[in-house]
Amino acid sequence: MTVVIGFEGSANKIGVGIIRDGEVLSNPRRTYITPPGQGFLPGETAKHHRGVILTVLQEALDEAGLKPADVDCVAYTKGPGMGAPLVTVAVVARTVAQLWGKPLLGVNHCIGHIEMGRLITNAHNPTVLYVSGGNTQVIAYSERRYRIFGETIDIAVGNCLDRFARVIKISNDPSPGYNIEQMAKKGTKYIELPYTVKGMDVSFSGILSYIEDAAHKMLSTGQCTPEDLCFSLQETLFAMLVEITERAMAHCGSQEVMIVGGVGCNLRLQEMMAVMCKERGARIFATDERFCIDNGAMIAQAGWEMFRSGHVTELSDSWITQRYRTDEVEVTWRD
Amino acid sequence: MAQSNSLKASVPSYLKDAQLIKQGAEARVYRGTFLGRSVIIKERFPKLYRHPEVDEKLTRRRTTQEVRSILRCRRAGINAPVVYFVDYTTHCIFLEDIIHSVSVRDHIASEENPQRLQALADKIGEVLAQMHDEDVIHGDLTTSNMLLITGADQQHIHLVLIDFGLSYISALAEDKGVDLYVLEKAFLSTHPKTETLFERLLKSYTASSKKSSAVIKKLDEVRLRGRKRSMVG
Repeated sequence: MTVVIGFEGSANKIGVGIIRDGEVLSNPRRTYITPPGQGFLPGETAKHHRGVILTVLQEALDEAGLKPADVDCVAYTKGPGMGAPLVTVAVVARTVAQLWGKPLLGVNHCIGHIEMGRLITNAHNPTVLYVSGGNTQVIAYSERRYRIFGETIDIAVGNCLDRFARVIKISNDPSPGYNIEQMAKKGTKYIELPYTVKGMDVSFSGILSYIEDAAHKMLSTGQCTPEDLCFSLQETLFAMLVEITERAMAHCGSQEVMIVGGVGCNLRLQEMMAVMCKERGARIFATDERFCIDNGAMIAQAGWEMFRSGHVTELSDSWITQRYRTDEVEVTWRD
Repeated sequence: MAQSNSLKASVPSYLKDAQLIKQGAEARVYRGTFLGRSVIIKERFPKLYRHPEVDEKLTRRRTTQEVRSILRCRRAGINAPVVYFVDYTTHCIFLEDIIHSVSVRDHIASEENPQRLQALADKIGEVLAQMHDEDVIHGDLTTSNMLLITGADQQHIHLVLIDFGLSYISALAEDKGVDLYVLEKAFLSTHPKTETLFERLLKSYTASSKKSSAVIKKLDEVRLRGRKRSMVG
């Protein structure tokens, strides 16, 4: 029996989760939400995390009905992500590991998403679309690495959505992406936007500048509603994501797709992916907001895999990094 | 397959008698006959997951770009399938059937001895250099999009480039560098542990192209741009 506690706080979500041999014992989380029109900055986000992390840690232990002595390993997000919040969480993880006398494990955030997806959905060997505010990658497992087949060459799709939300002052509660999704359902008019797929990669900064500009012009002349813009943006962005995923599947000969990351909660994206899968006779796997959105349990799960295959992070190596590619990690727990 | 029967119900009449060979990400590929010849028909069918306007505009653009790039390559003497006919209402392209061929991807995967792939790497570098010197950016360079003509003649390697759906015309070293980068990533993801093979490909490219130094320099720059890549060391 192996119990791993995971600490996650690379962006504006702070979560602590506990996993015991594939069972999620607890997974509490808090989100730092900024007023409409504002994004979250590293320093303020770190401050938010510092204010709640110990409460969330206690909640995690209480919900799981465990004491520190029951934990076998302390996992934390080594990166990638925002510097200040990552450091805040790492400090707590290091302290707790030393206080409890448990080994420490630095986990790659992206791999956390993938391993949680695999646990929850039981997908065998899927093509993974990892889409969030900070990352957009198409990943497939091959020979001990999660290889990146396609990715964004500039900003993440979630970042594009979040920044657009700021321009038209959509509420960030519970998340800007969720509110764009609800507004998009009421959109009827399709506004043509740039569509930029480059081979297996995508680019979003062009669409963002275009729609920021269009928003100012078209909303003032009443040419379209904010709902129409939300609708058009989603249709374009998601079509691009489905396309690069399909390309990777065709290239790898894969019949399974798994969507992970915060943007993976979006039902329209899941719907579009499902249509593509049906046409190809492939299966789609997705998780709900408990696991799509950054959470502690996903770090615990990846940590569980890594710990059981012999990884440990020495205190001197327990730094954090803003840049940490998914394919840098040797995946020793799969063959 | 029940699925293919329902597919056939919605396809143009000339595809009803054609044989579906493969369903790629972009299109369905059939083998049929056209004016007495064996042809490959590439059908960019409507993607139901896309909004209809997004789909129509994109599909038309891709069909046009593909045909223009193929013709430009052929005029320069680069091996690409002959374009016989284009149906713009259904977005079908009628192409020469490249028989007796295997994709470079399958060939590399099945070849046990990496030494024997050296000549192939040289050839690919050469052909890509030629293409870029014509200012054609393929846009989707992968080993699945290159065909090797198998046949009696073992001395010469006949390489055919296909799938120009994402191609465009550009003289910029940046675009050519990105084109090679796309291939490098696809190459190394699909065929791990073949770094030396790809290096050889690049050497051949550098030797064969008149404008290669700027392109390779750009490629080095583009490689560093990987997201979340530590810039240290």
